[in-house]
Amino acid sequence: MTGSDSAESRLPGGIRLPFEIQVEPRLHVPRWLSPLISVIAILVALLLGALVLALVGGDPVRAYAHIAGAAFGSLGVFSDTLVKATPLIMTGLACSVAFQMKLWNIGAEGQFYMGALGASIVILAGVVPADAPRLVAIPIMLVAGVVFGAAWGLVPGWLKARLRVNEIITSLMLNYIAIALVNYFIFGVWSEGGFQMTRTFQQAAWLPRLSDLAEQFPILRGLTTHFGLVFAVVAAVIVWYILFRSLWGYEIRLIGDNPRAAKYAGINITRNTVFVMMLSGGIAGLGGMSEIAGVVHRLQGSISPGYGFTGIIIAWLAKLNPLVVLPVSVLFGGLILAGREIQPAGVPRLIQGIILFMLIASEVFLRYRIRLVRRP
Amino acid sequence: MDPLIILHAGVATGTVLLFATIGEIFAERAGVLNLGLEGMMLIGAMSAFSVTVATGNGLLGLIVAMLAAGGLSLLHGVVTIHFQADQVVSGLALTFLGTGLSLVFGEGLNKAGAISLLPTLTIPVLASIPVLGPILFTKQSVMVYLGYLLVPVAWFYINRTRPGLHLRAVGENPTAADAMGLSVYRLRYSYVMVGGSLAGLAGGTISLAISPGWFSELTTGGMGWIAVGLVIFAQWDPWRAAFGGYAFGALRRTILDIQGPQTLLGLRNPFFFNPYFGFFLQMLPYAFTIAVLIIGSREALRKRLGAPAALGLPYVRGERGH
Repeated sequence: MTGSDSAESRLPGGIRLPFEIQVEPRLHVPRWLSPLISVIAILVALLLGALVLALVGGDPVRAYAHIAGAAFGSLGVFSDTLVKATPLIMTGLACSVAFQMKLWNIGAEGQFYMGALGASIVILAGVVPADAPRLVAIPIMLVAGVVFGAAWGLVPGWLKARLRVNEIITSLMLNYIAIALVNYFIFGVWSEGGFQMTRTFQQAAWLPRLSDLAEQFPILRGLTTHFGLVFAVVAAVIVWYILFRSLWGYEIRLIGDNPRAAKYAGINITRNTVFVMMLSGGIAGLGGMSEIAGVVHRLQGSISPGYGFTGIIIAWLAKLNPLVVLPVSVLFGGLILAGREIQPAGVPRLIQGIILFMLIASEVFLRYRIRLVRRP
Repeated sequence: MDPLIILHAGVATGTVLLFATIGEIFAERAGVLNLGLEGMMLIGAMSAFSVTVATGNGLLGLIVAMLAAGGLSLLHGVVTIHFQADQVVSGLALTFLGTGLSLVFGEGLNKAGAISLLPTLTIPVLASIPVLGPILFTKQSVMVYLGYLLVPVAWFYINRTRPGLHLRAVGENPTAADAMGLSVYRLRYSYVMVGGSLAGLAGGTISLAISPGWFSELTTGGMGWIAVGLVIFAQWDPWRAAFGGYAFGALRRTILDIQGPQTLLGLRNPFFFNPYFGFFLQMLPYAFTIAVLIIGSREALRKRLGAPAALGLPYVRGERGH
């Protein structure tokens, strides 16, 4: 696409329009433009999603109304939405930090599972004594989850840094391996009564929930939002600080923008590749830990309906800004929560795909100004 | 654990990877990375199966599969070629979109019942070659033979024809190709669609011939991603893609078969006595993909080979630096 291309104003077949379409590169991007375009892109995506829903015989208006009501309609469901948003914040952060360096970690899903596995191992293998208080059990689980997730990020990071192996494919392959590994443990090692799940953890390994405070504050009765949300928000602030207020974050962003300049500036790209992938994996692992300690209280299969992949979309929608990841995750948490009951089952995934497509397609409007000019 | 059966089935499964990998080689040779193979294969598998269920015509099913996946890849083309969006993210979006569309339109298709599979053939003379005959030319699906044809044709097209030269020029040095009078955009669109159509064919081959039916996302089970990895192992060469594809096909079959016998090489078979070890077998294709990538990357470093020089870069006429 070039500057002022008048050839584009002629439609196929040589039909001449009464105006000319001019495409010019933008020299200055106003601050309000980027969020505006994102919002428009999402609206267009929802419209297209409605079209597909209508095509397969669904009722898009009812489906969307249902999603809105089932996700944000009352304090109770909003609390459930926050429960879904918690792991999404962590996977969204994991993707944001890696994408800032143009490291395409699409293995957050596997790192999430590994975090859950790590946090379970310390409980089920007796690293944490059965009578240990919550203040001991939870931090050990947290560390184990982060370490396991980081280890799962280390593999593609090291392969990329040392052997220049494409991290997209290795991180994705590790997803399948992580899920098979978790399956081995829940089927073969810790299966509880032949079911595909481990025994329930002792209560000291549960993250506190809002409903735990229901005796003092009756309004909180039945609310499932758990302490993992606090982890998530704190993680978002820390990642934001690292990325935008620390020297390390400056290095990460410089490598992402211009690796050659970063190299000339003496930044160690190899080491940063490994560390950023570990940080990314660690945050995703924290998500897995918080999910099993806060929601299911045991290790089981399908703890994630694709949180790691939705994290990619969230990161992109948030323009890789950790603080924007928070509200975006709440929206997607609502979509996932309400989407569970919508038939056909692929609809949430479809809408996510359309949203991501519209987002990246709409970025052309940030780079180019498209004007209609009347022919003289 | 009959090696002939394993290799016979391996060639059949490998054909799926072969189609997808060679399709992606075309797109990447033109400079466009398309990570959406998994999504396009799912669309292909779903549409081939549903059309065949509805019409009973497998050929029609394959054609629709190629059109559907090719059409989907066109979206990737518009976004990355004209809009210059990041090819990685667009490919991921395509994966989501393809998966979502195939799940939505494939709803209930798993209960659709049986279809008549694509025919199998035995090639009269070739089938009597010792060892190779029973593996390659006996009772294989027509798609397998199509795969045999595709490999040399693709290689010849890319390396020995004028359009193939143009294809490589657009992927290595689009500015020079443009100066030669080639339409960079038009060629890139064409090869993205070739890649998409072949991915659709790969999907259709699964659902109509290799493991017939529609099993939602499990239909492909990550094969699209394995194909993306195989392209790197193959160094963008169809012959190496064939080798990699068939080897992976054989591996998948071995994994299925290895849990059968009580003894393995004269030892107690741990996979028979502890079926849970099967989960480690399931990891193997993915672990092998990583291993194969490491091999491919090391080789590329040593021989100073590499991806097409303009792979992943949008082309903007008049901008320097590509």
